Amino acid sequence: MKESYQIASHFYDEMLLSDGQHRAHYQQYWKWLQQADVDAVARKREEAELLFHRVGITFNVYGDDGGAERLIPFDSVPRIIPASEWAMLDRGIRQRVQALNAFLHDIYHQQLILKAGIVPAEQVLVNDQYQPCMQGVDLHRNIYAHIVGVDMVRNNDGEYYVLEDNLRTPSGVSYMLENRKMMMRLYPELFAGQHIAPVERYPSHLLQTLRESSPVNDPVVVVLTPGRFNSAYFEHSFLAQQMGVELVESADLFVKDGAVMMRTTAGPCKVDVIYRRVDDAFLDPLAFRPDSMLGVPGLLSVYRSGNVVLANAIGTGVADDKSIYPYVPDMIRFYLDEDPILNNVPTWQCRKPQDLTYVLANLAKMVVKEVHGAGGYGMLIGPVASQQELSDFRDRLKARPENYIAQDTLSLSTCPTFIDNGLAPRHIDLRPFALCGADIRLVPGGLTRVALNEGSLVVNSSQGGGTKDTWVLEDDASC
Amino acid sequence: MLSRTASGLYWMARYLERAEQLARVLDVTNRLSLMPVRGSQGDELLLPLNLTGTRELFETLNGRCTMPQLFNFFALDDRNPCSIFSCWQEAWNNAHAVRGSLSSEVWESINSTWIEMRNTRRRGITSANADTFFDWVKERSHLFRGAMFGTLLRGDAMSFIRIGTLMERSDGTARLLSVNQQLLEQQSDSVREYYCLDTLLRAVSAREAYNAIFKQQLLPDLVNEMLILRSESPRSLHSCIDEIATQLENIGSSGEDRPRYLITVLLAEMRFSTWESLTQEGLYHWLNAFLTRLNALADSINHTYLEAK
Repeated sequence: MKESYQIASHFYDEMLLSDGQHRAHYQQYWKWLQQADVDAVARKREEAELLFHRVGITFNVYGDDGGAERLIPFDSVPRIIPASEWAMLDRGIRQRVQALNAFLHDIYHQQLILKAGIVPAEQVLVNDQYQPCMQGVDLHRNIYAHIVGVDMVRNNDGEYYVLEDNLRTPSGVSYMLENRKMMMRLYPELFAGQHIAPVERYPSHLLQTLRESSPVNDPVVVVLTPGRFNSAYFEHSFLAQQMGVELVESADLFVKDGAVMMRTTAGPCKVDVIYRRVDDAFLDPLAFRPDSMLGVPGLLSVYRSGNVVLANAIGTGVADDKSIYPYVPDMIRFYLDEDPILNNVPTWQCRKPQDLTYVLANLAKMVVKEVHGAGGYGMLIGPVASQQELSDFRDRLKARPENYIAQDTLSLSTCPTFIDNGLAPRHIDLRPFALCGADIRLVPGGLTRVALNEGSLVVNSSQGGGTKDTWVLEDDASC
Repeated sequence: MLSRTASGLYWMARYLERAEQLARVLDVTNRLSLMPVRGSQGDELLLPLNLTGTRELFETLNGRCTMPQLFNFFALDDRNPCSIFSCWQEAWNNAHAVRGSLSSEVWESINSTWIEMRNTRRRGITSANADTFFDWVKERSHLFRGAMFGTLLRGDAMSFIRIGTLMERSDGTARLLSVNQQLLEQQSDSVREYYCLDTLLRAVSAREAYNAIFKQQLLPDLVNEMLILRSESPRSLHSCIDEIATQLENIGSSGEDRPRYLITVLLAEMRFSTWESLTQEGLYHWLNAFLTRLNALADSINHTYLEAK
C-alpha cells in the first residue's frame, strides 16, 4: 500500500523524508505497511466505527435533527514521535505550564510582571477573562491551571511551535485513551514489535493531581458536567468513571454553612474538589450570570474562603487569551529565568500600529485570529482566502484592530492517513496534556487531530477534523 | 450515591422491565388471537390496551383494532408512551445520563440494543416478523440482566437497578392478574377460561413452573396463588417484594425509614397470609389495594432517595 503514498515536497511529512525514504522512527510501521492491503484496512475501519458507536463515543450536534449522535472520525495510521523528540517536548511543556501558573498567581496578587512593564497592564486588567474576584485569593500550592492542553504544530522547518495554551477546560483526553485502546484491538501486531509508551495512567494521574489540589486529607472529588447534552459529555462521564468519582451537574450541588454539598441517597455529602467542565460564567449565578439557570448559588463565596477547590481555577482564561499568548516566552524568562524551550509562532498584535500596517500589507500570507475566538471560528487563513474574504477582513481589522492578532501561516506537517483508495498526506496538530499537582505529570503522547479534507489546515472536529493515535517510542534504539 | 444517579438507574431499570413485559404480553396476545375460539369477539386483542390504559389513544390513532395495527402501536410507535420503542428510549436516556455508574458491559448492552432498535424502526415490522421482534426484545432484556449480574459491583447502583426492576415487575404482574380476573369473571366457557389462564402463565414464563409445582390441571385459584404468594416463582408478587425488602436493607438508612417500614409490612403480609385470608373480600379488591400500596412505596422511595433535598 505504501507505493500509493505521495507527499508534497514543500510540507514536512512525519513518515517520509523529502527524498521518499522513511524516517527511522517509522521503520517498523513502514515494514508493516508493505504487507497491509487496502481492503483489510477498510474492514478494520468499519469495525472501529461499529465499536465506537456501541461504546457510545459520540458527541451531540446541536440543531441536528433528532439529536443524532456523531462520531469523531478516527484514522488508524499512528502519529509516531521518537523518544528524544518527546523528551524535548516534555521539558518544554513543563516549563511553559510552570510559567503560566506563576503568571496567573502574579496577576491576581502583586502584579510584578505588569509593574516591570513586560506585559502591558491594560492587556490583562481589562481583559474579559480577567476575574477581579480572584484578586488576593490564595490557592493551595498556588496552582491555577491544574489541567492544561497545549496545542502545537510542526512547521515545514521541522520545528514544533505552540499555537495555543488551553488553560480553561481543555478536552480531548478521552479520545487519546480510546484511540489507543482501539489501535491495540485492531492492530495488536503493531504493538508487539516495538516499545510504545503507555498512556493508560492518565486517569490515575488526574485523580492524584486533583487530590493534591486540596489541603484536605482524603478529599471528596467530583467531576462537574453541564449535562448529557454537552458535546463533551462522553469525556466527562468517562473520566469520572475512570477515577471512580461522582459525575455531578450543578443541580446536584448546593451551598450550606460555608461548604459545597452534593445531594446523595444518604443525605448531603461535603465536596472538597470540583473538576469542573463548565465555563466560569456558569459556575455561580449569584456572581456571574444572574440570568443563568445553571450553576451553584453561593459557590464563589465558598471558593474564595478556600473551602472548596475548583480545577481549573476561576480566571485562568486570561492567560490563554490570544492577546496574552505572545508574552509567554517573556513570562518564562521573567519567572523562571530560563530560555524558552518551545517556540511561539511569530505573532503580530494588530493593536500596535506598526504591526497592523505589516499585517494589512501581507494579509494574503497570514493567519488572522480573533483574540477571544475558539474552535477555529472567526479566523482568516490568508493563503486560501478569496479576494472577497480578504477585503472583508481588511475592513474588520481597520475597524477593531485590538480584536485581532496575526501570525505567519505555518505549513502544518502532514501524516499519512487512510483514504478510500490508499494513503494520502493530511495535516495534523498535537495536543499533549499536562497535570499540575505536587508535581507536573504528563503521559507520553497526547491527542493528534487531523484535517481530513485534502489541503485543509483546520483540525477542529466541528469542521471536518478527525483524530489519530499518538505513539511516543520508549527508546530511539528500538526503531 | 448521588440522588440523581440513583434516580437514573431506577428509572432505567423500570423502563427496561416495562418494555420486556409488553413484549411478553404482546407475544401471548398474538398467539391467543390465532386460536379458533367459539364466541370470541377479539377481546384478547384488548388485553395490552387495557393493561396499559392506552385504549383511547389507540382508537384515536387507529380506529379499528387489528393485530398488525396493535403490533405497530405497541412495538415501534413513538406516539404511544407505552410502546416498547418509547420505553427503550426512556431507558436509554436514563442510562446515558448515568453511564459512568454502569459497567461497560451493561452500558454497551443497552446502547447496542438502542442502536439496533432505531434501525428496526426504520425498517418497520409486520405480522410475519413480529414474533421475532418480541423474542429479540426479551433476549436483550436477558442480556442486560446477565451483564448486570455478571459485571456490576454489588453496591447502591445494583440495588437501585434491582428495586426499579422489581417495582415495575410487581406492578406489571398485579395488573396482569387484575385484568385477567375481570376477564375470568365474565367467562363461563371452560375452553376460554383455560386459554385465559394459559396465556397468563405464559406471559410470565410460568407455564412449566405451574406443572412442576402443582402437577394438576389449570385452576384459577392455584394460578393466582402461584403468582401472588409462591416465592419460588421469580415473577410472583411475593418474590418481588421479598427482594425489594432485601435491597432496601442493603441501601440502608438516610435517617428516613418510611420505605423500609412499608416494605416490611407488605412482606409480612405476603409471608404469613393464606390464600383464603387474602381473598376474603375478593381477589380483584385485594389486587387493587396492593397496587395502591405499591404506589405509596414508590412515592416514599422517590421522596427518600431519588429526590433528596
